[in-house]
Amino acid sequence: MTSEHTTDFAIEGHGDISVGVSGAGASGDGSASATRITPGNALRPEDIALEVRRGTAKPAEDVAEYALRLGDDALILAQRLGHWISRAPELEEDIALGNIALDELGHARSFLSYAGGAWDKSEDELAYFRREPEFRSAHLFEQPNGDFAVTIARQFIVSYYQFELYKRLSGSADATIAAIAAKALKEVDYHRDHSAQWVLRLAGGTEESRRRIIQGFRLLWPYVDELFEDDELTARLADAGTGVQPSSLREDFDRLTGEVLAEADLAGEYADGGLGLDRIPQSLGGGRRGKHSEHLGYVLAEMQVLAREHPGASW
Amino acid sequence: MASQNLQSVPAELSPEEQERERAGQAYFDRIIAEDSRIEPRDWMPEAYRRTLLRQVSQHAHSEIIGMQPEANWITRAPSLKRKAILMAKVQDEAGHGLYLYSAAETLGQSRDKMMQDLIDGKARYSSIFNYPAVTWADMGAIGWLVDGAAICNQVPLCRASYGPYGRAMVRICKEESFHQRQGFEILLELSNGTPAQKQMAQDAVNRWYAPALMMFGPPDDDSPNSKQSMAWNIKRFSNDELRSRFVGMMVEQVKVLGLTLPDEDVRFNEETKKWEHGPLDWNEFKDVLAGKGPCNSQRMERRRQAHEDGAWVREAAAAYAAKQAQKEHAA
Repeated sequence: MTSEHTTDFAIEGHGDISVGVSGAGASGDGSASATRITPGNALRPEDIALEVRRGTAKPAEDVAEYALRLGDDALILAQRLGHWISRAPELEEDIALGNIALDELGHARSFLSYAGGAWDKSEDELAYFRREPEFRSAHLFEQPNGDFAVTIARQFIVSYYQFELYKRLSGSADATIAAIAAKALKEVDYHRDHSAQWVLRLAGGTEESRRRIIQGFRLLWPYVDELFEDDELTARLADAGTGVQPSSLREDFDRLTGEVLAEADLAGEYADGGLGLDRIPQSLGGGRRGKHSEHLGYVLAEMQVLAREHPGASW
Repeated sequence: MASQNLQSVPAELSPEEQERERAGQAYFDRIIAEDSRIEPRDWMPEAYRRTLLRQVSQHAHSEIIGMQPEANWITRAPSLKRKAILMAKVQDEAGHGLYLYSAAETLGQSRDKMMQDLIDGKARYSSIFNYPAVTWADMGAIGWLVDGAAICNQVPLCRASYGPYGRAMVRICKEESFHQRQGFEILLELSNGTPAQKQMAQDAVNRWYAPALMMFGPPDDDSPNSKQSMAWNIKRFSNDELRSRFVGMMVEQVKVLGLTLPDEDVRFNEETKKWEHGPLDWNEFKDVLAGKGPCNSQRMERRRQAHEDGAWVREAAAAYAAKQAQKEHAA
């Protein structure tokens, strides 16, 4: 022990409470590129917003509509997952669900920043000042958290869907969509791992946990088909090579989720103790056309309340 | 040295055990005298172990309960960037709780037991979190004042004589510095915003200032445990010393914010070379500590509910792990 005796807390290298005002709140780094990812210089929503403002990245109208869908899915899910922080079954899950929420929020910010380029709107204008029918989220993302099993069932479906989606979109002809998807893909891969492990644990844990995860899947499976529905927009994007037909993801989704569900002994008929997925009626959906669940209004009311109380304010 | 007075070798021990105790105490005293570190397997006086266990577990509980007032604004954060920062911050706090529970576990108590003590009301956490976070500006004031005060308290703890605690604090302090800056930045943005935003910021500073000063603990002449903690190199500066330094830093920073501290008596005493502040309501401090704060029961109820609602999940994970282990064993 040498110099430690003389160390004063004000001059130690960590725990500094000086406030470097100039360094705070960087909103876009001029040297960053929205379409290139280099190690240690991850693609940030701010970079996309900057390129949009400069006019170096501008989405076609169709691509913007598409980015809005992807962004809204991620945003509403992040909003849902954020509620778990400080309420999770154990600290590790406060952190894990918080991480997933942060990842999804990051994807949402990137997609919305990019989408806004078509209409001269910021991510926040899109998130906080659109009305319910103007949102494009699918119903699955809007479903309440329920208990931990419901949240895991939703995560399982979402992460396997998003993984297949982003895998294909990382080859999009639109360079910004490709870059956002490539970054998101790595993160969603972890989300898959997290949810699959919990599906196995809950299905193979106790009688109660098995009952709850089965209930969770039965509650949420009606919203699966909507994720894979094609429409005119996705058909045009698929032709242009900028997007994908959702139906083209279904086979891989079914195969990969099927493997986990089989390992969890959930693949069978309901009467035999499985999920009986084939017999679960599918909801009509409509989120992509602005027809939402009853839940979305409450999600937006909470999310938007403060921003709308102070229109035009900066935070 | 004070520690020697507290620790006499119990007479009922065998001669060999007594010798081990004496050697252990001698080693401990030397480590403390050298200002070096005690590690989990080292001999340590029971009172030292108890003191640390109490302090580290209280610190962990404070991180966990402290998640609540800020989590209260995650879903309503007024911009997506702020939402992301706030989520990351509250998540950091869960991480701090985890390191600290782990550090406390090296002293011989399980996390489950500590969590249960918290829920049963047997353990304390920082009283400040029993105040409500009622506006968005509270996210700024908590970061700037509460995390700022916490850092002043915690940076010296990076050199605490107990190794695992000191090392946990190094990482925690790095993250806390970031938290403090983001709090400052929130207030700065509000202060430069609309009149309503600026008023929101000032109101939050007015409400959090005195509770933040009281985070350093009672005045030195009313802080019975401080002396022993300082003798053991756990605590390095007295409560009043730290409080005074903190006030000095806030005085400068509040000017940059364009706000004011709700304290007309703040001044630099040229004689003592220390910053002084106005009187603090220590009766309120004791009341809040005794459970009479605006949010005591709410905070405890949330923790209890999360813990109990999660019981079936933890049981499932344990049962699954046991089954997997059995399978591997059979294979």
